Amino acid sequence: MIVFIVRRLLISVPVLIASAVLVFLMVSAGGDPLAPLRANPNISQDALNARRHDLNLDKPLPQRFGLWAANFVKGDFGNDLNGRPVKPQLFSRLGMTVRLVLVSQFLALGLAIVAGVFAAVRQYSIGDYIVTFTGFLLISTPLFWFAGVLKEWAAIRLNNGLDSLFHTNRRFVFTIGDKTPDFTGNTWDRISDYAGHMVLPTIALAGVTYAVWSRFQRASMLEVLNSDYMRLAQAKGLPRRRVLVRHGLRTALIPLTTVVAINVGAVIGGVVITERVFGWHGMGELLLTAANNRDVNVMLGWLMLAAVVVILANLVADILYAYLDPRIRRT
Amino acid sequence: MVTTPDASLVTPERPVGMGTGPEREFTVKARTQTQLIVRRFFAHKLAVGSLVVFVLILVVSLLGQRFWKYKYGVPDPNALSQAPSWEHPLGTGDLGEDGLAQMLRGAQRSIQIALLVMVTQTAIATLVGATSGYFRSWVDSGLMRLVDLVLTLPVFALLIVLASRLSVGWVGVALVIAFIGWAPDSRVVRGVFLSLREKEYVEAAHALGAKNRRIIVRHLLPNSLGVIIVNATLALAFAILLEAALSYLGFGVQAPDTSLGKLISDAQGAVDTRPWLFYFPGVVIIAIALTVNFIGDGLRDAFDPTQTRVRA
Repeated sequence: MIVFIVRRLLISVPVLIASAVLVFLMVSAGGDPLAPLRANPNISQDALNARRHDLNLDKPLPQRFGLWAANFVKGDFGNDLNGRPVKPQLFSRLGMTVRLVLVSQFLALGLAIVAGVFAAVRQYSIGDYIVTFTGFLLISTPLFWFAGVLKEWAAIRLNNGLDSLFHTNRRFVFTIGDKTPDFTGNTWDRISDYAGHMVLPTIALAGVTYAVWSRFQRASMLEVLNSDYMRLAQAKGLPRRRVLVRHGLRTALIPLTTVVAINVGAVIGGVVITERVFGWHGMGELLLTAANNRDVNVMLGWLMLAAVVVILANLVADILYAYLDPRIRRT
Repeated sequence: MVTTPDASLVTPERPVGMGTGPEREFTVKARTQTQLIVRRFFAHKLAVGSLVVFVLILVVSLLGQRFWKYKYGVPDPNALSQAPSWEHPLGTGDLGEDGLAQMLRGAQRSIQIALLVMVTQTAIATLVGATSGYFRSWVDSGLMRLVDLVLTLPVFALLIVLASRLSVGWVGVALVIAFIGWAPDSRVVRGVFLSLREKEYVEAAHALGAKNRRIIVRHLLPNSLGVIIVNATLALAFAILLEAALSYLGFGVQAPDTSLGKLISDAQGAVDTRPWLFYFPGVVIIAIALTVNFIGDGLRDAFDPTQTRVRA
């Protein structure tokens, strides 16, 4: 097992280097980072040249990559177009984005396992059709539109409905931002304020992920249910519940680890959209602004951070898979 | 290999089901593989219904603009922000543009992009997958490392970065999406080629002196067509959603032009006053993606030779 982990770790290093090269090439492909400055008549040629030198644009591409990579490895992500360092900007926003991703993904995972197993056990029942159709529907729904409908249509109705239940005369779910600005109150109010802001984005982000995973979980559970050892377990006279949970579910969950890891890249895209719809000042906004302004260093830092997260997720999934399924370790 | 020549030659040639006992589906008459696939697909009611709806959407969106009395992007000061009516079935915008005309144009653009993505992406994926799976060795490991690499990149974020640099219109948007999206499909094609290349008929073709190109084009491609087509439909559904998301964020189709995603993005500022502009394009996107997904599902079942139970 230790050999496996070490080998897997060593494979990650060249992958990370290669993706750094690729990300750098893509960001520097086409497009002139100085174009917005050039368009501004108030900026002199000297200032432009200084900026050019600052961004190493006067050097050839390989050398530029080398300089950037050397700084990056040392933890220096460079400065943005306004001359502020990129790194603190990235990490100050990371928290709220990670919070949103983690909560929504755990929610999606739980729901997907329950729904997928239910649909598989009751294959071709009404319940199965409902789960399957909901999955198809959510997969076919654009995330930004789903989030928009939640924000524009569901939020008011949810607030009114809850208000008529509890008569507290306050809002339960919020549609803009991750917290109320200038909020005063005790810790408990603070937590409920955060929660109220998180409800809708979480549902939006969880919905799409749930759709993919529930379909996968259903297929995986069906495969297990049709295997011989399940028939044997039943034939031995074990209680149905025990057969389903101990023999069936445990095996059917293993492939899900890979699917969860592969999905990390998609979630990073999803969170950018969700944050945009709900006006969160998180990682997504940072990337969108940087892409609009052609802010090279911000984009590079952002994408590298995302690439590291994806590679780490794959690493963890592989190790977990090897731990759960001993057959993997031997190959 | 020592086999009796008659046994190895006759068995695959014999029409399936001739005198081999009560195999229900095949007792009537022998059918070609294509006939079987078509029959299985048409037994799949949901998929057929989806196909009808999808073709309808396709025809209306590609040709509808010629027959609709209002034109795209033409303002009408006498019809500002009108709710849906017989005159304007999908309402009008804040400048009085007809909602249906906007929608027809948007749907046309979105579908054009998605079709181009489907073709490009499938072509790249098939080329890479086929080369990798057929030749194996260093070609395979090289190409698959590249695929692994593309798979570990945060695809959508890269799409934003790449698309923000482009100003070449809808073709550019389509090519960028295809450029990012081919990797998983090529893995699937490779898998099929890896298993097919070990089959006896490939060995036979080799023995008869067939060149690699002939084996790939005449023997392996037709047999992996099912998987490729199913993946292409899924790519189409995915491309519709990706284009919409990109255009929504402002990195896809640009201003004088429009697409379904851009329509939603434009409408989002005033959902309360003009909800029809926000909701209808979303419903159309769902309709396209959903029907394509169902068609893909039906095709998957139809192409699967082990599938005996045709789902209703």
